[in-house]
Amino acid sequence: MSTAKTAGAGKSAAESSEQYLTFMLAGEEYGVDILRVQEIKGWDKVTRIPHTPDYVLGVINLRGAVVPILDLRRRFGLETIAFGPTTVVIVVRVMSGRDERTVGVVVDAVSEVYNVDAADTKPPPDVCGSVDTVFVKALATIEEKMLILLDIDRLIGNSIADELLPGVAAA
Amino acid sequence: MTFDLEMAEIAKVFFQESREGLDVMESGLLSLGATADSENINTIFRAAHSIKGGSATFGFAEVAGFTHGVETLLDEMRNGVRPVTAEAIQTLLQACDCLREMIAATEAEQPLDQVRIASLNGDIKHILGEAIEAPAPVSTPARAAGNEAAGTGAASEPGGWRVRFEPVADLLRLRNEPTRMFAELRRLGAMVAHADTSRLPLLDALDSESCYLSWNIDITGQIPRGKLDEVFDWVDSGCRLEFTPTGASAPVAPAPGAQASARPQAAAIDAWSAETKAVSPTETKAVALTEAKAAAPADADRSAPAGAPVQKAAGDSGSIRVATEKVDNIINLVGELLITQSMLSSFADGIDPNDLDRLRQGLSQLARNTRELQESVMQIRMLPISFAFNRFPRIVHDLSRKLAKKVELKLSGEGTELDKTVLEKISDPLVHLVRNALDHGLEIPERRIAAGKQETGTLELAAFHEGGNIIIEVRDDGAGLNKAKILQKARERALVAPDQELTDEQIDNLIFMPGFSTAEQISDVSGRGVGMDVVRRNINDLGGHVQISSKEGLGSTIRIRLPLTLAILDGQLVRVGKEIYIISLLAIVETIQVARERVNTLVGRTEVFRLRDEYLPVVKLCDQFGVEPDSRSAEDGLLVVLEADGKRVGVLVDDLLAQQQVVIKSLESNFKSVSGIAGATILGDGTVALIIDVPGLIRSVVKQGVGAAAAHAA
Repeated sequence: MSTAKTAGAGKSAAESSEQYLTFMLAGEEYGVDILRVQEIKGWDKVTRIPHTPDYVLGVINLRGAVVPILDLRRRFGLETIAFGPTTVVIVVRVMSGRDERTVGVVVDAVSEVYNVDAADTKPPPDVCGSVDTVFVKALATIEEKMLILLDIDRLIGNSIADELLPGVAAA
Repeated sequence: MTFDLEMAEIAKVFFQESREGLDVMESGLLSLGATADSENINTIFRAAHSIKGGSATFGFAEVAGFTHGVETLLDEMRNGVRPVTAEAIQTLLQACDCLREMIAATEAEQPLDQVRIASLNGDIKHILGEAIEAPAPVSTPARAAGNEAAGTGAASEPGGWRVRFEPVADLLRLRNEPTRMFAELRRLGAMVAHADTSRLPLLDALDSESCYLSWNIDITGQIPRGKLDEVFDWVDSGCRLEFTPTGASAPVAPAPGAQASARPQAAAIDAWSAETKAVSPTETKAVALTEAKAAAPADADRSAPAGAPVQKAAGDSGSIRVATEKVDNIINLVGELLITQSMLSSFADGIDPNDLDRLRQGLSQLARNTRELQESVMQIRMLPISFAFNRFPRIVHDLSRKLAKKVELKLSGEGTELDKTVLEKISDPLVHLVRNALDHGLEIPERRIAAGKQETGTLELAAFHEGGNIIIEVRDDGAGLNKAKILQKARERALVAPDQELTDEQIDNLIFMPGFSTAEQISDVSGRGVGMDVVRRNINDLGGHVQISSKEGLGSTIRIRLPLTLAILDGQLVRVGKEIYIISLLAIVETIQVARERVNTLVGRTEVFRLRDEYLPVVKLCDQFGVEPDSRSAEDGLLVVLEADGKRVGVLVDDLLAQQQVVIKSLESNFKSVSGIAGATILGDGTVALIIDVPGLIRSVVKQGVGAAAAHAA
């Protein structure tokens, strides 16, 4: 993960490009703004919180802070799998309202760090009623692969605030 | 840029200090009522003076101008020229309010309320305008202007001023910067400054942080004396300042502030002849070497003129200003330390004890040290309750005037300390309770006399410790609650069943029921939107408890019980299935083993438990929190009897574990609030455990219960 692969032609693109950490979820590759990623840690036991949606797995002690852990597969209504050796928790810092929160998300595996040129991104297709596209900032094509760039603020803020968007409940 | 930032930082301190100054003024004015004690007026004057000086320095001309009028009035009172009347005090109190708003508006960079300022200015001018001297027959505005001028010093300005500025050696150490003052003077008019280096010592005797220079400044232009005063406002207490008008034969009138320090040196005025041209610092040193003059040894004595410094020492309670954030940081770290310590202890428990006696000893010492350290760190957050109590003399003063009641306010236990957060959150409920007591509790003088009581009612605010809690009591000797009327109203609103018998205490506490207080209360004086139920809710949110007891005709007492702090809690660890929860020890009444014959079901579903002469609803924590318990039947577990808001429930858990102090962590900082959960903490093994919100849990259970009962009744 220390070497970043640059999409497109040159280093000159550095100004308009952003670095993304990508991770795997049910065979798809998602990216989050690397500046939001605080750390990556292995899956560990959580303390369950009552009266919360099923994708809120619980809270952990992260060096004295009580940090909630969300299961992204459940959040997106994907089929759940048993946590394996590659399962990791990506701890991200998100803005929700005026507060910064630290939240962990469970994903299948971390993948790469890419430089994504703004010119190489496309807005997500406007799929009616799809949960996922609301949280998708853009789609990027890198090495003939599609990257789904997440709007992490919106995703986490929404997951915590319980303001369920249309379609989420059905999924 | 950095200068602006620095100034903003300093300005922040000024705003803070101004507010404190206003508090001093207000409390001084309120105690001024009975006796015109000159020391008191002096204190008020000094507070006003520093606000004026500060605001002028930061360029808040309107604040400075307004304060100036206030100061003039106070100065005349101080000198005994102006009698201290109730009217004047009222006006000055209003001026304090107005200043507070002006400062708030200035800080927020909002426009000022010009109408109010002008009207109060008018009031002050009006008081000032009332003839105090023989030459009376002048029209009021003109007289006002004349007096205004007299306060400032001389009004008619000559063609310029000669200023002798002889600072104390400490000038630079006191963070005053002469070059800044010169720059300000230069803005007023053409200025030539001559530095007087006669006090410069030899180089080896020279202290680089002391100021040995003094200046003779010639400044030309039509400059009001007040402007000059403003420039030197910050330094005038310790420095020698002389203002001599030049170019005209106007009489000299030194400013009140400068007068005291000026007088002893009056003879020296003529001796300002040894002038040197303004020189750069290096040059100055060279001159010092050749002239070889020692620094005046009298400097130290001169720098402490009678009044101000002594007063400063008296007013300083030895406190420091620390940002809450920094303190919170330390508190977090100490909390971590506590967790580490308990982790080590539990680790040591699992190892063969033979070789480990010394480790255990060390650990118990660590435990003691940690606890002590935490206690003293927590002390930093503790503030005396006087911060909340201090506003009441004013509130009572204003409100009793408005309601035409005579009230004596008694405060006790102002030194009782409690957590800053608790203090901030308890202020508003207290104001509400005090207003209520004045509004509804205390009677008008005629009625009191008719009832055979003293004409003046008593309102008492008391704070004290009681068993790890803080108790605040609001007592009045007024009419008390009208129980018949309360009961009738409660029945009208179906808060109480028609045939239900209530004790006096239960009736009194009905006023905390939601929906009871918002409308017109016992008397017809209107409430202010926030009802007694909100008061109770606020206090409950702090983990506290409120109760009222009242005797008709004799008065009421409202008793508030609060935890000392919100940051740590004495907790009981309980286990349900595989999960561990924490219950505050304060909420636990007792824990009992359940006997089968004492458990009954109510309408087939709700289980109740008979505890002596009482039936308690049984709450199964496993159902509440969706946990798989060891056993669902009540007799296999333990019943923890919890109490909040005077209601009791029995909570069924699988097992009781250790009791320990836990550091409360908010769930909201990274997540959100969860019903039934008050927060979280980190246990010795590093895992997170949730703290049960007992009042919330009871509320949800009792609400369900009442709802169910009502549904069945219907």
